[in-house]
Formats: sequence, structure tokens, C-alpha cells
Amino acid sequence: MAAAQKYMQVSVWRGDEATGALEEFDVPAQESQTILDVVSWIQQNADATLAYRYACRVGMCGSCAMMVNGKPRWTCRTHVKKVLGDNGRLTIEPLRNLPVIKDLATDMTEFFDKWIAAEGVFHPTKTRYDEIEGIDPESSVRVEANAAIECINCAVCYAACDVVSANPDYFGPAALNRAWSLVNDTRDGGQAARLEAVSSNGGCHNCHSQQGCSTFCPNELNPTLSIAGLKRETVTSLFRRRS
Amino acid sequence: MIRPHRAHPLWLAFLLHRISGLGLALFLPAHFYVLSLALTRPASLDGFLHWTENPLLKVSEFGLVFLLAVHMFGGLRLLALEFLPWSPRQKTFAAAAAVASAFIASIFFISAVA
Repeated sequence: MAAAQKYMQVSVWRGDEATGALEEFDVPAQESQTILDVVSWIQQNADATLAYRYACRVGMCGSCAMMVNGKPRWTCRTHVKKVLGDNGRLTIEPLRNLPVIKDLATDMTEFFDKWIAAEGVFHPTKTRYDEIEGIDPESSVRVEANAAIECINCAVCYAACDVVSANPDYFGPAALNRAWSLVNDTRDGGQAARLEAVSSNGGCHNCHSQQGCSTFCPNELNPTLSIAGLKRETVTSLFRRRS
Repeated sequence: MIRPHRAHPLWLAFLLHRISGLGLALFLPAHFYVLSLALTRPASLDGFLHWTENPLLKVSEFGLVFLLAVHMFGGLRLLALEFLPWSPRQKTFAAAAAVASAFIASIFFISAVA
């Protein structure tokens, strides 16, 4: 005889920031179930108008991050069992620190604009007619660059960061982490402009080292380490320029 | 209540550093005022020093020394984090700063009441 179907009480944010509110749903509990499964079940079976964003479902694309019981998570790789509170309830809200378009979908424009503002873009120094530059994977700068490179742009760190909440100009952990990986890229020709950008008003010196970014990064990157590297680099460049 | 995304040791270390800084900012003007009494009103200073023999004040001094020590060790922790090669033992350093501060404050308390 099959066991009786169990249900979870799930509160989901509906509407925009100003007029929205949490709405309750009863969702069938499954043995192996992710938060994205829960959200998809609601959209497919309870309310087709629920807005949310996802693409790959396997932790590659960085589209599906949401606040789950108050913590930023990649929902496709977050199992319900691991985050369900003692009261058996789930609360799913859009990511913090980003404007809400509707329900669980946030507007990530400012998040990506800040990558550009932090000079998180590659400045090539060679043309297609040059030889391909050899990079020693064991060199210290390449090891530093590799440590920061697996970012999937999910904005979990951006939502975890209290400095972003307090200062809307702050570039945030992801953009500065990207800038740090490029500081360590020997092929890049834009280092002076990058150091200017990361030491500007929105730059690395805003960071309070609370390390929420490193705590919640689903790929276990350490943006605080990257930002500390940028802080060191900007300070040493100050002495280089004066000497 | 601390919101869920802040409930991790290194955010609490930040909070302790901030609270100790604010506490010291409030304490220092009062401290300098009391010191100035030595020049302006010595009798009042003696009266105040007699008042500080109160056991409740000894307990408060424990808190004060803890705040001073934890602000210093917390600051050293941040300087190390930003200027020395990164160490993954950030939580250990934060805990060590709190433990060392509690130790120093306890020594101060014991010597004050002994």
C-alpha cells in the first residue's frame, strides 16, 4: 500500500517589491526534490502565472537563484531536505538587493552593468595574426586567476552582501571577483584602468569582510579573498606610483 | 533578531567589531573627562575613584576591557586578512580574537577583585 501523500507549506513571493506579498501553496513532498522542483510544481499545477527564471537545471547557467528561508541559494541544486526548517515550512522570495520584476524574477541589469563598471572585461593585447601566448598553468598569477574563474553570475553573493544593501553604488562581490581574475591575467592590457575602477567609489575598499559572499557562493569561490587581493594591489600600486 | 543570511560566524565577528567600536567611542569622551578632573577638580576625582570600588563597576570594567581587547584583536584580524597572504582559517582567527579578549578581560577582572 502506498504511503499517504505528504504536503509542504510553501510561501512564495507574488507581485513586485512595493505591492507584493507572500502567498501560500501546499506542494506534494517528494523523496528527492529541489527548490526549483517546488517552484516548477507550483507554476505547472497551482498557478500558471507564477514568474521565475531558470534554464539549465544543473548548476551551470546561474539563472535560478532565489532567497530560500531568508538565505540566497541556487535553487536547482538546493535539496528541500537540506533547507526545510524545523517547522516544515519553506519561504521562497526573489533575490535580495535587486529590483523585483514580478514574483521570483529579478531585474539583473545593474548586477551586470557593475561588472563592466568594475572593469570586469578583458582587454586584448594581441591580434589574430600574433602567436598564441603560452600560459604556464603552475605560475602563481595563473593559480590566483583560476581560483576566481568559475563564477556562474548567479548573484547569490550579491544578494548575501550587506554592503550592497547599504551602498547602491558598490560593485558587489561578483564584479570585483571577476576584476581580480583579470588582474592576474598576463594577457590583459587594461590593468591601469582596472585599478582605477576597483578603487573608485563603488570599489573594493567598501568591503567590510563580513564574508557572506564566500559563505553562500554555490561554487565555493571566495570573493572576499579576491577583494582582499584587490585591496592589496591598489595599496601597492600607490607606492609604485610615488616611487 | 539576526536575519538568516547573517547567521554565520564571520558576520557575527563583524557585528562584535562594530559594537565594540561604538562602545569605545561612547566610553572615551567620558574617560578623558574623568582624567581631566585630576587637573580641574581633584576632590571630585577622588570621590569618583572611590565610587568605582563598587562591585558592579568591576563587572562593567570586565566588559570594557573585553571591548578594548576584542576591538584590537578584531582590527589585527582584518589587517591580516587584507594585507597578508590569505589563510583559509578565518573562523579560527575570529574565534581566537574573542577568546583572547575574554582571557585578557578575565585576568583584569580577577586582579581587580583579588
